[in-house]
Amino acid sequence: MTINPKVSKAELAEQFRTFIDPDYVITDDETMKPYECDGMSMYCEMPLLVVLPETVEQVQRVMRICNDNAVPVVARGAGTGLSAGAMPNKEGVVLSLAKFNRILDIDPLARTASLQPGVRNLAISEEAAQYGLYYGPDPSSQIACTIGGNVAENSGGVHCLKYGLTVHNILSVEMVTAEGELVTVGSDGLDSCGMDLLALMTGSEGLLGVVTEVKVKLLPKPEVAQVVMAGFDSVQKGGDAVGGIIAHGIIPGGLEMMDGHAIIAADDFAQAGYPRDAKALLLCEVDGTEEEVHEHIAEAEEVFRKLGATSVRTSQSEEERELLWKGRKSAFPAVGRISPDYYCMDGTIPRREIARVLTEMEKMSEEFGLRVANVFHAGDGNLHPLILFDANVPGEFERTEAFGSSILSLCVEVGGCITGEHGVGVEKVRQMAVQFNDEELQQFHDVKAAFDPKGILNPGKGVPALRFCQEYRSLEYKLHKHDHTEAAHG
Amino acid sequence: MADNLQTLQEQVLHARDGGHKLNIVGGGTKAFMGRAADQDAGTLNVGEHTGIVDYHPVELVLTVRAGTTLQEIEATLAEEGQALHFEPPHFGEDSTIGGTLACNLSGPARPWAGSVRDQVLGVRLINGKGEHLRFGGQVMKNVAGYDVSRLQAGAMGTLGVLTEISMKVMPKPAAILTLVQEMAVDEVIHYMNSRAAEPKPITAACWLEGKVYLRLSGASSAVEATAQKWSGDVMENGDQFWRQIQDMGHEFFTGDDPLWRFSVGSTAANPKLDGPWLIDWAGSQRWYRGNAELKQMEALAKEAGGQVSLFRGGDRGGEVMQHQPDALKGIQRRLKNSFDPDGIFNPGRLYSWL
Repeated sequence: MTINPKVSKAELAEQFRTFIDPDYVITDDETMKPYECDGMSMYCEMPLLVVLPETVEQVQRVMRICNDNAVPVVARGAGTGLSAGAMPNKEGVVLSLAKFNRILDIDPLARTASLQPGVRNLAISEEAAQYGLYYGPDPSSQIACTIGGNVAENSGGVHCLKYGLTVHNILSVEMVTAEGELVTVGSDGLDSCGMDLLALMTGSEGLLGVVTEVKVKLLPKPEVAQVVMAGFDSVQKGGDAVGGIIAHGIIPGGLEMMDGHAIIAADDFAQAGYPRDAKALLLCEVDGTEEEVHEHIAEAEEVFRKLGATSVRTSQSEEERELLWKGRKSAFPAVGRISPDYYCMDGTIPRREIARVLTEMEKMSEEFGLRVANVFHAGDGNLHPLILFDANVPGEFERTEAFGSSILSLCVEVGGCITGEHGVGVEKVRQMAVQFNDEELQQFHDVKAAFDPKGILNPGKGVPALRFCQEYRSLEYKLHKHDHTEAAHG
Repeated sequence: MADNLQTLQEQVLHARDGGHKLNIVGGGTKAFMGRAADQDAGTLNVGEHTGIVDYHPVELVLTVRAGTTLQEIEATLAEEGQALHFEPPHFGEDSTIGGTLACNLSGPARPWAGSVRDQVLGVRLINGKGEHLRFGGQVMKNVAGYDVSRLQAGAMGTLGVLTEISMKVMPKPAAILTLVQEMAVDEVIHYMNSRAAEPKPITAACWLEGKVYLRLSGASSAVEATAQKWSGDVMENGDQFWRQIQDMGHEFFTGDDPLWRFSVGSTAANPKLDGPWLIDWAGSQRWYRGNAELKQMEALAKEAGGQVSLFRGGDRGGEVMQHQPDALKGIQRRLKNSFDPDGIFNPGRLYSWL
C-alpha cells in the first residue's frame, strides 16, 4: 500500500501541539536523532516528527489525525529491538510510549500485574518480588526493554521451553486501533470467547494496533534453582545431550548451548571457569521445589556423563549459579570485544538438526571469510549465530548480510524459521519470501488490512510486498542451488 | 490414516464456485457447541483426514492431520511417556484434535500447563479461496508473520478448514496425587488462589459440591513433600475424578439444563446466582447450570472481570457467546472476510453476524 500523507510536517506538529505538551512534539533533527534507529543500528531513518503523548486519549487523537491524513505511525518502546521494527518512516510519526511507564497494579493473590506499555520487563519482576512472584519471559534486553515492545515482538528469553513466550504470559491488552478506537482484547479470564485476537496481536510488530495497557500473569518464584554445566568435545555430542535430557523427562528452566568460539570469548570476559577446550558447552538449569531440583539435578548429571560429557559441574551456591550464567549472559558483549562489530541472527531449528546446522555454518564461515560464534537457546531450538565483521571495511557488512541470509535459508530448509524472537522488522522482511509463499504473504496483508485499512501502522515492516518476493527467491536459488521454498513447503 | 487433502480442497472450491456454504465436521462430537449449524449448508468432513504426520519425542513436537482423534494421539504419545498437557476433553471416542483447537478446549491442567492454543506451534488450513496455507511451524519459537495458528483457537472453523496441526507435547509426570477436603464456596476462591501462588507442583484445583480438590504432579519427592505440608486427604481414585472433570462426564454436567461457562478473574467472588456451580482452574473457569438470559449472565461475568458463553443447551438460535463491542465486531468481520471472502465456512456458528 502506498502512503501519500495529506499534511505537511508543520501542520501536523501544530495539530499535535494543541493537545500534547509542545515540548514533547519533537520536530528538530538534533532531538529526533536518537529515534533514528532501534537496537539494529545498521538500519537508520529520520522520522518526520516524534511525539510523546501522556494519556491514552492523546494516543487516540494522534491515531485519528494520522489515519485521516494517511500519515505512517511507528510505535516505539525502549528501542531495544533487533530487527529494525521501530525504525522510523521518513514520512511518518514516531509515537513513543516512554511516558507510559507506570505499574498500575499488582494483585498478589490473582498473580497478575496491570502495566502501562512503557514499564521495563525487569521492573515487573523487581516489583513482584516482594510477593514471591515474578514475570516469566526474560529477554536478554530485560533491563531496558518494555512490556509493550515485548507484546509487539512476542519476546522470549532463556526460560521459554518451560515458561513460554509473551503470548503465554499475558491475559489482556488494551490497544488503540489505527482508526483511534480503544479496545480491550482478552480479559481477566484465561481465555475469551471466539477467535484468539490476543494471540494475533502478540508478535504483530506494531502493525495491527498500539498497545496502551497490558495485564500479565505472574508466577510463584521457584524455591530453588541449580545449574549443571557440561562440556563436550564435539557439537554433535552436545546436541545429543540436549535431546537426552528432554527424552529423560526433565524440562529444564533454561537450557543453553555455546560453541567453542563463544565459550572462549565468554570465559575471557566473565572468568566463569568454563572448560576452554570444549567444543560445546551446555548450561542446564533446573528449578522447582527443593526435592524436585535435588532429584532432577542428579539425573541430569548422570545423563550428561552417559552421553560423553568431558566435564560436569553443578552450582553449589547461588553465587556459583550466577557466575556460570554470567558467561552466557555476557556472550554478546564478550564477542563484541573480539571483533569491531557483530551481527546477531535469530533462526530457529528443530533441535535434532543442531549438529548439521553448526557444521554447515562453519563451512559458510569459510566461504564468506567471516568468523561466526554461536550461542543457542538449545531448549527451544533458537540459534543466535554472531557473525563477526568490521563495518569500516568496505563491503564487509554486505557480505555479513549475505552470510546471515544463507543461515536463515538453511534454518528454513531444515524445518525451522527465520526468526525465533527478534522479529522480522525491516531486517528480515526479504527472507519472509523464503519461509512463506505468495498466497500466505497475501493472507498476512489481508489480516493487516482488517485492522488497519489504510496501512498506516508501521508500513514496510514484517511482511514484504509481493512484487519483490519472486525476485528475492530466484536470487536465493542462484546463490545456494537449493529451492528453499520447495523445502519449506514440500 | 488417510490424506484427504485434495478432496477437501476440491469441495471448498466447488462450494465457492456454486455459492454454497459448508459446515465443517470432524468427529461430530461438538455439534452441541456454538450456535446451531446452518441447515442449508453442506457438510465438509475433515474426520477422514487423519494420521500422524511427524512425531519426534525428543523435540517434544507432534504434527498431525486435523481429523486425527485425541484417542489415537494420546495412545501414540503414551508409548513414549508423553502426553497432551492441556488435557483435552473427549466428548466421545471420535473427538478430534482439529475440533479441539477450533473450540479452544482444555482440561483441568490449563492454568499451569497452558491451553490447546498455548501448545500450538503451527497449522495448515484451507482458506475460503481454496488455498492451502501454512502458518507457524514445528519449532517452539517462531515470530515470522502474524500468529494465524493461534488465531484459529476458538474461531470454530469460521476462518478456514484446519488440515494439519503442529503442537508441543510434554513428558508425563512421574507422580500424581489428589488432595480433597470440605470447604464452603466463600472460602474456596481465596484458598485455591493462595495455593496456586505457592511454588509447589500443583496442576489442578477444582471445587464442587462443598469439596475442594487439588492435584499435585511432578517428581515423586516433590509431590509427596507437598502433600505432607498441605491439608486434605489423599483421594483414592483421584485420576478418575479428574477424567470426569476433563471429559465433562461428571454428573454435574449431565442432564438438559443449560450449561454456562464463565471465564473470569481467578479471585473474583462467585456470582450471586442460585443453582449448581463448579469452580475449576483455581477460580478462572466456573460452570453454572440453569436457565438464564445471556444479557444477565454477561453482567455477572463483567463484574468478575471476564466473559460468559452458553456452552450447551438453552437457545442455540440466539447468540451464545459474549457480546462483542462494535470496534471488535468490525475487526472480526473484516478478518473473516480476509480468510473467507464468500462466507463459506460455518456461517453463523460463532456469532449471528459472522
